[in-house]
Amino acid sequence: MRTRDPQRQPVAGWLFITPMLVILGLFLAAPIVMALWVSVSDWTGRGSPFSGEVSFVGAQNYRDLLGADGLARQDFMTSMRNTFYYVLGVVPVQTVLALLLAVIVNQKFLRGRTFFRTAFYFPSVVSSVAISLVFLFLFTGTGAVNQFLALFGISGPNWFADPRGVLHVTGDALGLWEVGSPPQALTGTEVLSLSLWEWISGPSVALSAIMLQVVWTTAGTFMLMFLAALQDLPAEVDEAAMVDGANTWQRFMNVTVPHLRPTILLVLTLGVIGTWQVFDQVYVMTDGGPAKTTLTPAYLSFQTAFTNLDFPRGAAIAFLLFALIFLLTQAQRFLLRDKDEAAQRRAERRQRRQHPRTRTETPA
Amino acid sequence: MKRTTRLFAIAAIGPLALTACGGDGFEDSAGGEAGESQAPASAEGPVELSMLIASSGDAETDAVEEAAAAWAEESGNSVEVTVASDMNQELAQGFAGGSPADVFYLDAGAFATNAEAGNLYAYEAEDNGDFYEPLREAFTYEGQQYCAPKDFSTLGLVINQTMWEEAGLGEDDVPTTYDELMQVADTLTTDDVTGLVLSPGIDRLGAFVVGSGGWWMNEDNTEPTADTPEVLQGLQVAQDLVSSGSGALSSQVDTGWGGEAFGTGRAAMTIEGNWIKGAMQNDYPDVDYTVAELPEGPAGPGTLLFTQCWGVAAQSDAQAQAVDLVNHLTSAEQQMAFADAFGVMPSRESVSEEYTEAYPEDAAFIAGGDYGHGPINVPGIADVVADLNSQLENIGNADLQSVVESFDSNAEAVLGQ
Repeated sequence: MRTRDPQRQPVAGWLFITPMLVILGLFLAAPIVMALWVSVSDWTGRGSPFSGEVSFVGAQNYRDLLGADGLARQDFMTSMRNTFYYVLGVVPVQTVLALLLAVIVNQKFLRGRTFFRTAFYFPSVVSSVAISLVFLFLFTGTGAVNQFLALFGISGPNWFADPRGVLHVTGDALGLWEVGSPPQALTGTEVLSLSLWEWISGPSVALSAIMLQVVWTTAGTFMLMFLAALQDLPAEVDEAAMVDGANTWQRFMNVTVPHLRPTILLVLTLGVIGTWQVFDQVYVMTDGGPAKTTLTPAYLSFQTAFTNLDFPRGAAIAFLLFALIFLLTQAQRFLLRDKDEAAQRRAERRQRRQHPRTRTETPA
Repeated sequence: MKRTTRLFAIAAIGPLALTACGGDGFEDSAGGEAGESQAPASAEGPVELSMLIASSGDAETDAVEEAAAAWAEESGNSVEVTVASDMNQELAQGFAGGSPADVFYLDAGAFATNAEAGNLYAYEAEDNGDFYEPLREAFTYEGQQYCAPKDFSTLGLVINQTMWEEAGLGEDDVPTTYDELMQVADTLTTDDVTGLVLSPGIDRLGAFVVGSGGWWMNEDNTEPTADTPEVLQGLQVAQDLVSSGSGALSSQVDTGWGGEAFGTGRAAMTIEGNWIKGAMQNDYPDVDYTVAELPEGPAGPGTLLFTQCWGVAAQSDAQAQAVDLVNHLTSAEQQMAFADAFGVMPSRESVSEEYTEAYPEDAAFIAGGDYGHGPINVPGIADVVADLNSQLENIGNADLQSVVESFDSNAEAVLGQ
């Protein structure tokens, strides 16, 4: 059906999206623009950052965080190191665990399916603050976790007060080095305000406890996504594979997993974004301690802005974190793209280049 | 193509909307420019003051509300008391939004940063000279006192009386020097009990630094002085205690703070402030304990002092009324009422006698008011202090020389800005 006056259509269109534009502009775009300005200004947190008193200081804050040796960079890099190990540990584990749980509760013949689905999803609907408090008690030196470990003769660490790096400890156990007197080659070389020895520490014991908690909490959420995708998988395909003589493992690897590729990409992307932004657990449980080993960029940004009243630097940290997450998700998308589809597109492009006539009205 | 247009539209609308809403906040604040002492902004007629407090519990909230209501009744104004759950964040939010609370609790540790940012209106309460001098100093920035001390706390040596007697120690054995402290800590240490347990960080260990005659900054707060023999000597005392095994940090004995270690019987002694009274009463009512003054160091008695003041916002438009309210709240009578309600110590010297009469067991804490040292009073130093604390978490094995050197260089960077 045609509109009587085609000229009016864009106006109507703009009119329809105006409420959305205003809302997005006010609550999304404006704060971002504002934060970007704050990160390159000398705003002290008093009155509007757009007032005449506030002046432009250029990339000063970004330089402090990346270019100049000092406490600012040291803290920022420490938080980056911590979160790097955190992401490296949490994302793969939670993805695999979520997939595993989804496959289990997707079994048609599993008894009490609904119960298990609810049980696995339950941690996701509980507030992370409540869960954090429970974990604080579970992981105290004399808590349930250590009492359980004691049954097997293991004396557990004082989890949330233990700043030792897991890799440091493992290396010590394997005889690679001694934690008490680390190799000079590693402690002597400094890269970006941290010594190599500090860079390779791995997550601290305290951070590991947080990682366990996060995996436990989020696996359920992602299980739900995998479950939805699994229920989309046509039974015929699976049956066809069965007829072809594929065993369970082969069916899983060659039928189920390829089918789940978009979901895996989604889960990994959400996982990476979520983990780099970790904040609540640190805020509730550790305040960045012990010995700054649970400091994360999001928490550092908050602390810098609100405790030290250094809003510009806090905003700069937030933008660096944003840039990092953006780059990582793009890289991830590239790595996980459908290789066949990409090859096909490339071939089409090549064909078009070779036969420019087929392209529409582009001047040569 | 459509998408880009939309993005441009957002980018164009954003700043417009912002300037619109950010504008009035700034106009309001023009009154109390950067905390310069000038005629207070005084609203006409009855005003509605807002007060933001960080309360330790219902007892404190009720007492403050009651006191504020009494003033409101008398003066014909009204006061709304709000309890903050995250004081720093809520204060900062108020200042940025242009509508902070008129009167608020301000911790001495956060004072300098706020004074430098121009968030505070500088005033003196009635009879300002009556406040303990170290307290007034804690709220002085660049030669100007900004606010009236609310109350204060000092550190004392808290002793488990039962364990003390079981170890065969008597009243005369209460340590008066650091050496004696080490000895009794050693005597009190058994397989299950550590002689002295401290909360980590310079808010406890710093007492030894003061007793040794050192401090992290010079007197004018213009230069860091951590790398001096006195500071190192003080930290050394703490290190010796911890590495000898007769002392420990609370995290090492699986507790959150010294008071918990003390209450649960994992420590025979701890160094804490007068807030421990409340914790003992509520959580560990069966523990029999006494409080002594901290032992003297080579440079004489030394303890740390913690305090808060009644901050008045530079952006407030009823500063005259706010100061009037503070005068009411810091009156001798009212300070005693607060002391009775939730166990804080009055910040006025003239009340100290009355207080020690009513609470003789707090004599050791009150005594600290004369020689205690307040927190590091430098704007923007919070993350440097946090770094120092994190390095001292492992004081038993820490390389003290490099710890103080890194503090000095980090603090210099902050001061140089």
